[in-house]
Amino acid sequence: MSKVPYEVYTEDVEALTVLSPAGEVINKDKMPALTDDQLKEIAYRMIFTRTWDDRAVNLGRQGRLGFYAPTSGQEATMVGSEFALEKEDFICPGYRDIPQLVWHGLPLHQAFLYSRGHQHGGEIPEDVSVLPPQIIIGAQILHATGIAMGFKLKNQKNVAITYTGDGGSSEGDFYEGLNFAGRFKLPVIFFVQNNGYAITTPFAKQTASKSIAHKAVAAGITGVKVDGMDIFAVIQAVREAAERARNGEGPTLIEAVTYRFRPHSLSDDASKYRTKEEEGEWNEKDPIARVVKYLESKGLWSDEDTQRVKDEAKAKVNEEIKLAEKTEKMTISGLIDSMFETTPKDLEEQKADFE
Amino acid sequence: MAQMNMKEAIRDAMRVELKRDPNVLIFGEDVGHVGGVFRATEGLQGEFGEERVFDTPLAESAIGGLAVGLGVQGFRPIAEIQFVGFIFEALDQMVIQAARLRYRTGGKYNAPIVFRTPFGGGVKAAELHTDSLEGLIAQSPGIKVVVPSNPYDAKGLLIAAIRDNDPVFFMEHLNLYHAFRTEVPEGDYTVEIGKANVVREGSDVTIIAYGLMVHTATKAADELEKSGIKAEIIDLRTVSPIDIDTIVESVKKTNRAIVVQEAQKSAGVAAEVIAQINEKAILHLEAPVLRIAGPDTVYPFAQIEDTWLPNPARIIAGVKKVLEF
Repeated sequence: MSKVPYEVYTEDVEALTVLSPAGEVINKDKMPALTDDQLKEIAYRMIFTRTWDDRAVNLGRQGRLGFYAPTSGQEATMVGSEFALEKEDFICPGYRDIPQLVWHGLPLHQAFLYSRGHQHGGEIPEDVSVLPPQIIIGAQILHATGIAMGFKLKNQKNVAITYTGDGGSSEGDFYEGLNFAGRFKLPVIFFVQNNGYAITTPFAKQTASKSIAHKAVAAGITGVKVDGMDIFAVIQAVREAAERARNGEGPTLIEAVTYRFRPHSLSDDASKYRTKEEEGEWNEKDPIARVVKYLESKGLWSDEDTQRVKDEAKAKVNEEIKLAEKTEKMTISGLIDSMFETTPKDLEEQKADFE
Repeated sequence: MAQMNMKEAIRDAMRVELKRDPNVLIFGEDVGHVGGVFRATEGLQGEFGEERVFDTPLAESAIGGLAVGLGVQGFRPIAEIQFVGFIFEALDQMVIQAARLRYRTGGKYNAPIVFRTPFGGGVKAAELHTDSLEGLIAQSPGIKVVVPSNPYDAKGLLIAAIRDNDPVFFMEHLNLYHAFRTEVPEGDYTVEIGKANVVREGSDVTIIAYGLMVHTATKAADELEKSGIKAEIIDLRTVSPIDIDTIVESVKKTNRAIVVQEAQKSAGVAAEVIAQINEKAILHLEAPVLRIAGPDTVYPFAQIEDTWLPNPARIIAGVKKVLEF
């Protein structure tokens, strides 16, 4: 009788790292091919995203945004994974994954409108291949699987990517999605941003699995683990996964180990479940500092560049929040009319109560 | 014109649409080669290929989520949930994801999906294979709920559902699949979703029913006629939205009504029908509108389901009660 060699699967897997915290490329074979302009663009987007997050937290405290999930610390996973894709590739986000949407083409003021509870936030422009943020943990994993099947049926060489966190990897939809995608060999990337906490529950209490990447084994798909504070490792892993998908080699599960510097949302206090020491250790791995050090060593970046991006980001955020605030409010009639293509008679009658 | 039972009519509707529109897909558990546990999709994979009609792994939420993703891509999925009790596993994808997609995306995306499922009692099936869960879905905004009672309607309603650009929950009564044959036109026709049908005219009382209960009500009406009571029977055909105009028109004529449903009595489709009659026709009523329904228990094990389900005797008793009020 043959036995499943379970020992193999209980070993730790090492995360792919390309760029050291000191900003040196320590894994030349896996350094993604990037031009100087692309390198500068990456730094620009990361610093812009951090500045935007800082501003958004303040706007949230002023009551000018609604629900908002902070992103600082996750710029490598968010900016990097999107950067590795083509414009026509499809993004199915979780609630925190707003930067991916914006860098894929969603106008920033619409992201703010979404946060402010306005329907127009989800009215994605015609040429932008994204769904609005998903609140139900894991539901988007299945949408990406269906969208990927659509690409395959249409013989279109595109991929769908979907995001969830370490908590999301415990959901039934996560396993169902991996299994379906493996069964049909679909061009989909399951990108798990393991930031260590599902609101307050630490990873150690989430699963007995040594890593989330291990979970690919049971679905018969490729699983990889990357250093989620290293944007080059993220870009490389997503590029490789996308290439496999476009070649008909099926889905990939990517676990990116990262950290959210801020709490889960604006209404939660991280000091209740995290220590200062832990936060300090992760600060040492700041994905932006790493890239900036690398670019500075190549003579491509300076403090002035950082300041310029911050100023630009602040101005842009101010402009876009004003645009969001100026957008006409939703109406009950509009809400009713958005339920069906043709509003049924009983709903038409209900409109009258609000007019 | 061909004679078809309801199952054949449903299969024919899917064949017509698979042929007409290359974006129509059928998938679910066991729907491919064998054509489903009730053979409703038998032969369709052979005719249209494995890319159009295919088996999925066993996972209802994924079947629903796959349908949403394919809908976003412009396909028109017909997703089969093998038995009605398993829709709970797919509920998030049906009533939250599919039913809210148009609203969430401000109309950018829609979910032109038909979720088909067999349901309905009196067949001594295993637990959770027969429950009437239409009220549960009917309370959810953004999804229509259709329950045909005969082969002609089933084909026309299913074609209309497949062409609908919003999600439709399409419930097929197990006891009607093979119950009888009627003439069903070949090819293409639709029956409008949201439109009830007066299946029998009468002047003394209106009986509102849907699915198998239309036939149970007809048996009751035959009996009542022997004692000179003429019942009008309305087949709702769509339980969300409800065609209240047809009901009101009838109530204005008969001044009395009862509503028959297989589902448990409280908070269901019958309650909704009565609420709408109150809103629109209360001054035409000579008696309170009664519900004939299953009791508010879990659906019973097979031994007592025949007693649990509404039968002609209970409908007759209900009619007499409103006539004697």
